[in-house]
Amino acid sequence: MTEIQLHAIDYVILALYFAFVLGIGVALRRQMRSSTDFFLSGRSIPAWVAGLAFLSANLGAQEVIGMAASGAKYGIATSHFYWIGAIPAMVFVGVFMMPFYYGSRARSVPEYLKLRFDEKTRGFNAITFAGMTVISSGISMYAMGLLLGVLLGWDFNFSVLVSAVIVLAYIFLGGLTSAIYNEVLQFFLIVAGFLPLVYLGLQDVGGWSGLTARLAVTAQQHGFAAGAYTQSWQHMGSPASNPMGVEWFGVAMGLGFVLSFGYWTTDFLVVQRAMAADSMSAARRTPLIAAFPKMMFPFLVILPGMIAIALTTQAGASGFHLPAKADGTLNYDLTIPLMLGHYFPAGMLGLGLTALMASFMSGMAGNVTAFNTVWTYDIYQAYLQKGKSDAHYLWMGRMATVGGIALSVATAYATTQFNNIMDMLQLVFAFVNAPLFATFLLGMFWRRTTGHGAFTGLVSGTLAAAVHHGLSLPAGSSVGIKGGWLGSVMHTYPSEMAQNFWTAIWAWTTCFVVTIVVSLLTRPRPAEELRGLVYSLTERPKDEGEPWFRRPGPLAVVVLAMTLVLNLIFF
Amino acid sequence: MNLDIRLPIGGLFTLLGLLLTGYGLMSDASVYRRSLGHNVNLSWGLVVLAFGLLFLWMGRKGTSGARPAETEPAGRETEAREHRLGLEHD
Repeated sequence: MTEIQLHAIDYVILALYFAFVLGIGVALRRQMRSSTDFFLSGRSIPAWVAGLAFLSANLGAQEVIGMAASGAKYGIATSHFYWIGAIPAMVFVGVFMMPFYYGSRARSVPEYLKLRFDEKTRGFNAITFAGMTVISSGISMYAMGLLLGVLLGWDFNFSVLVSAVIVLAYIFLGGLTSAIYNEVLQFFLIVAGFLPLVYLGLQDVGGWSGLTARLAVTAQQHGFAAGAYTQSWQHMGSPASNPMGVEWFGVAMGLGFVLSFGYWTTDFLVVQRAMAADSMSAARRTPLIAAFPKMMFPFLVILPGMIAIALTTQAGASGFHLPAKADGTLNYDLTIPLMLGHYFPAGMLGLGLTALMASFMSGMAGNVTAFNTVWTYDIYQAYLQKGKSDAHYLWMGRMATVGGIALSVATAYATTQFNNIMDMLQLVFAFVNAPLFATFLLGMFWRRTTGHGAFTGLVSGTLAAAVHHGLSLPAGSSVGIKGGWLGSVMHTYPSEMAQNFWTAIWAWTTCFVVTIVVSLLTRPRPAEELRGLVYSLTERPKDEGEPWFRRPGPLAVVVLAMTLVLNLIFF
Repeated sequence: MNLDIRLPIGGLFTLLGLLLTGYGLMSDASVYRRSLGHNVNLSWGLVVLAFGLLFLWMGRKGTSGARPAETEPAGRETEAREHRLGLEHD
């Protein structure tokens, strides 16, 4: 059964987009002369381009679709993933951490770990990160194949093959620059494709007041206070009083501190975009520039979800409603695609679908460019073939692109067969990621931190995450992939999200404490080896001569003030 | 890098804008029942077109295209630092 009927004009729009994507790759191919050109865009990207790419690299289709689904499930509280779970960390990485990432001239996050700590810490991070990117890219491919099959009746093999070939072609030709340019293009396409959707949806639901009134009914049907779907903080006093099943401390510490900082400050997928910027000042402004559109995205992706659930509970004039799955629960994941199909006529529908495809493809491309860099610099050059010519590593980068995409395709097919194995692998990677921010925080701001300390801390943090997950369970789940697999359930969380937040808090704290203890017991590196790598031994970047909007400090204040206001408006 | 990203973005959006606007002018009003009576192809097509033309114009002026790091003082500084520390890879 296909949900959406495309017309000739829609195919023309889609084809036009593909032509431009490939054209960008072809136009850039002559500029890829060295490995730095291919992996780091020759460090020549202007701040605003790097900023939009920083935002878009994270804006894969799963993010777009997932956030709309969460908007339908949890209401405006989903904005915590933006206004507390992203912006503060983005400000932090720009203002405080970029001087070390960019200033040390490390070519990747694992390479920074090598410069700051030692080989084993780099190896651990490089290998887990490379594995994670391939899996994410494959799962993105799988999700796209599945979605296009349901919506348009396209063959799964066809969808996977076409997207793989296009992404391969433009990265192979134009390297990171190609990926970044396409991410910027995707950003504008998402805005152009979704803004009219929000407008039409809001009109259908009777504006913000109509939406609040309908969602009050939805909330009461689920046994919550009337404002539970439209007020982001007021119902966070206890997990039982909001649909997310979390309380404010778990949100602030687990999501706002550990998970968000862990992702935005250490994930090479996003940091790579800032490392490609054309100057230290541009690198520091990259996450800050990204923060402005980021704080507005809830209106583009969460609001449609809220509109969809409001119209499903109480029908509007146009009759839009979310379909139910076989087990009777609502199919939240189809929120955005179905709204596109419902409200958009031929023409706009093509644009909306193009935006969705663009975000799937740049989600894959972001992972593949991070993978080829870490593979080539941190695994191949570090352990397999040292001291070869730059041309050799450029060649390896292109081969790694082919290899990374082949592995993604393999992952996509593996997911169709063994969904559980993929879920398990993702869980393992989540354990590895949770403690990372503690390592970076100590590494950058406490010069006494040693390589042994960092490595032991990381490994124990990862183990702590696994143990915590293995001993706890979200309410209503059975023992297995959801937790409790260590034999006994010592704590039951009100929701899966609460369990995730607390797993992260445990992992971070363990890593933090163990790193400090082991560092104090081992010999630190001499100060001259750490110059440019830790806070107390690095010159502050100077930016006094610049106008305020080009200086990270004032920009950060503006970003934080605006985020605070948004939190207060929807409090 | 000498391809200014604003040119391809401007080009694509201009073409998309023309397509949508043209389709909006020609298509039958009944098509727009689903979009609550709004001819979104026409109205949004014009917005997309205007954005595309703006980007083409800014890209043609070519003020802040991608430049090598050495052309900015801050970039020269880091390049020099990198050179001093022997961190260049070639």
